[in-house]
Amino acid sequence: MGGVHPADNKISRDCKIEVLPIPETVYIHLGQHIGAPAKPVVAVGDKVKAGQLIAEPGGFVSAAIHSSVSGTVKSIAPRKDLAGNPQMCVEIAVEGDEWLEGIDTTDTVIREFPDDPAVCLDKIKAAGVVGLGGATFPTAVKLTPPPGKKCEMLIINGCECEPYLTSDFRTLLEKGEQVVIGAAIIKSILKVDKATIAIEDNKPEAIDHIQKVLAELRKVSPKYDGISVMSLMKKYPEGGEKQLIDAVMHRQVASGGLPIDVGAVVQNVATALAVYDAVQKNKPIVDNSVTVTGECFPRQANLLVRVGTPLKFIIDYLGGVPQDTAKIISGGPMMGRAIANLEAATLKGTSALLFLTKAQTARGKESNCIRCGKCAEACPMGLEPFLLNRLSRAGGMLDQLEANAVQDCIECGCCLYSCPANIPLLDVIRQSKGQVLGIIKARAAAKK
Amino acid sequence: MTTIIWTIAIIALLGLVLAVVLFVVAERFKVEEDPRIDEVEKVMPGANCGGCGFAGCRAFADAAVKAPNLDNNYCPVGGNEVMKKVAAILGYEVKEKAPMVAVVRCNGTCEARPRTNDYDGYASCRVKAALYSGDTGCSFGCLGCGDCVAACQFGALSMDPVTGLPVVDQEKCTACGACVKACPKAIIELRPKGPRGMRMYVSCVNKDKGPGVKKACENACIGCSICFKTCTHGAIVFENNVAYIDPEKCKLCRECEAVCPTGAIHGVNFPKPIDKEAVKARIKERNAKAAQGAASDTKKEEA
Repeated sequence: MGGVHPADNKISRDCKIEVLPIPETVYIHLGQHIGAPAKPVVAVGDKVKAGQLIAEPGGFVSAAIHSSVSGTVKSIAPRKDLAGNPQMCVEIAVEGDEWLEGIDTTDTVIREFPDDPAVCLDKIKAAGVVGLGGATFPTAVKLTPPPGKKCEMLIINGCECEPYLTSDFRTLLEKGEQVVIGAAIIKSILKVDKATIAIEDNKPEAIDHIQKVLAELRKVSPKYDGISVMSLMKKYPEGGEKQLIDAVMHRQVASGGLPIDVGAVVQNVATALAVYDAVQKNKPIVDNSVTVTGECFPRQANLLVRVGTPLKFIIDYLGGVPQDTAKIISGGPMMGRAIANLEAATLKGTSALLFLTKAQTARGKESNCIRCGKCAEACPMGLEPFLLNRLSRAGGMLDQLEANAVQDCIECGCCLYSCPANIPLLDVIRQSKGQVLGIIKARAAAKK
Repeated sequence: MTTIIWTIAIIALLGLVLAVVLFVVAERFKVEEDPRIDEVEKVMPGANCGGCGFAGCRAFADAAVKAPNLDNNYCPVGGNEVMKKVAAILGYEVKEKAPMVAVVRCNGTCEARPRTNDYDGYASCRVKAALYSGDTGCSFGCLGCGDCVAACQFGALSMDPVTGLPVVDQEKCTACGACVKACPKAIIELRPKGPRGMRMYVSCVNKDKGPGVKKACENACIGCSICFKTCTHGAIVFENNVAYIDPEKCKLCRECEAVCPTGAIHGVNFPKPIDKEAVKARIKERNAKAAQGAASDTKKEEA
């Protein structure tokens, strides 16, 4: 249902993942996942090593945070994030590159993994693994299905349906084996028989490569049986969790429901790699791959970046901001957010820096809605964006908005992309979605 | 002819039967409503603005009649006059409240607060605030899209095109609080109007620390706490690197306004413009006297 077909513009697809040098100072956010912010366990002046725990989970839905470098803690204070809002950060001045003992930093691929799912799950939790597909939901929580719910299929999301982004594609090509092992680990934790690695058909090299890797791994151990690769038609937002379940399993998640309700668990390719690192190498999330791209950007790149690297450092490394840049976006062009502050640092979930020119980001003049219904056709959640827009602008129509399922909006931007009248549908709907979600949460809390 | 007579007769009979049914139903299921609700509603301003916390004037009247006293029910739009009438109808006593007015606590004009980026999204403060900190270096200040202006039913708010900030028309403002709710940055506050409209307030809510604040906005409260040290009435609350004047304690001496290095403290409706140097001299003299007094005290103790 729904979806749009923007040009995929994956111009950095041939750039190998390059390791970015370590900056002089990193700023590690304490709230870089969904849920409660982490609580710092280091003090100013402490010496830390790369991979050392610096903040423990602040609640059930929360994740541990580790130092991505070795050095001295300079401060623990609020600092402006990408959007310019102050967030608690741990500032670490880098000294050398010393790793915590027990972390395997070599490239050797370890194919045998522990049989006990509890051991694996503990390691994932300790490593602070979060969903790297964008939502940054703590993985350990997602891999613990609520009692009474049974997972039937694990889906590894390799769609990367956002235009321009290539970091997952490069990960599949260069670290495909690790991703598959990660998938097998997740599969064993969930105790499911079937796992599917879903890849869009605009990445044929990745599909071939993963098939080859799978054939080899199946010879090594029966643990890799039941994992398959599925080629999906290119469409945005195919990589949305609910859209992907529909495409792979032909099941629809009900409004307000979770994927586990229809027996599915979806994990991103980068998350599978992080699971592999956590379980096989004892390595917490300290780096992630970031695509730096854009037609106006002279040097396309896929970089392996330490968490907390200032954006300015990355951009300067690649030659600075081009003159005709009008907007720098963190993430893809459809769902990413414009960056207001280049002094901000990367997070675990930062997937890309995209440079766009004025012509590319220009918004047309808004005109009246002619009820053409293109937005309703494009909406992958089956909502009616034109109606939600009208209700939101009227003000105070929150009950009507809830009745029309504004809370199901996944903020993919298809409505705005397809609107011939240039109505800022997403801007308006996202805001009222926030209000309605707030009320739903308050109501649930009141019931308890 | 007979057809017409029959028609009239049947219609008349039908009318009679239905009238009887209606009468019986009306008598049987009559809802007793306190007549005072109507009376109270008549004296209300009738703006249905929701400033009292109820859905409209009738809902307020209903609540006021049912409540044991008027302590929790107050119509900010009608003020003390209307509340006296309501109290007279209901035979309650009314606690008089000082008349309030909406105050915009941001002084970051276009000139003082340079833009650091361009916002081209939907022109609504709520939408903008949900996306990021705003198009200036200050993440606490006015976003300038005018959600407060749209929320005001009394036409008391307007955007000043020169400063880019909302302006309150204090004659029209009824202190209903709609703008306070509309502002996502919680800049607007309802404050007592003060004697003859004279009042002091800190026109900044920036909680950041000094140097960064000054860089973002020249008119910001930099948290230097000079006003806090100067005030002899204990009216200044200094928290989170920003000063706040407690209107209950403020004696309108304007000393804080004179010493504020950035001009973040505003005094309005005073008959004369402030002579900062004179006020500063007065403070200096008082401090010198106090220091002398303290010195002589210690001397006495020593002796």
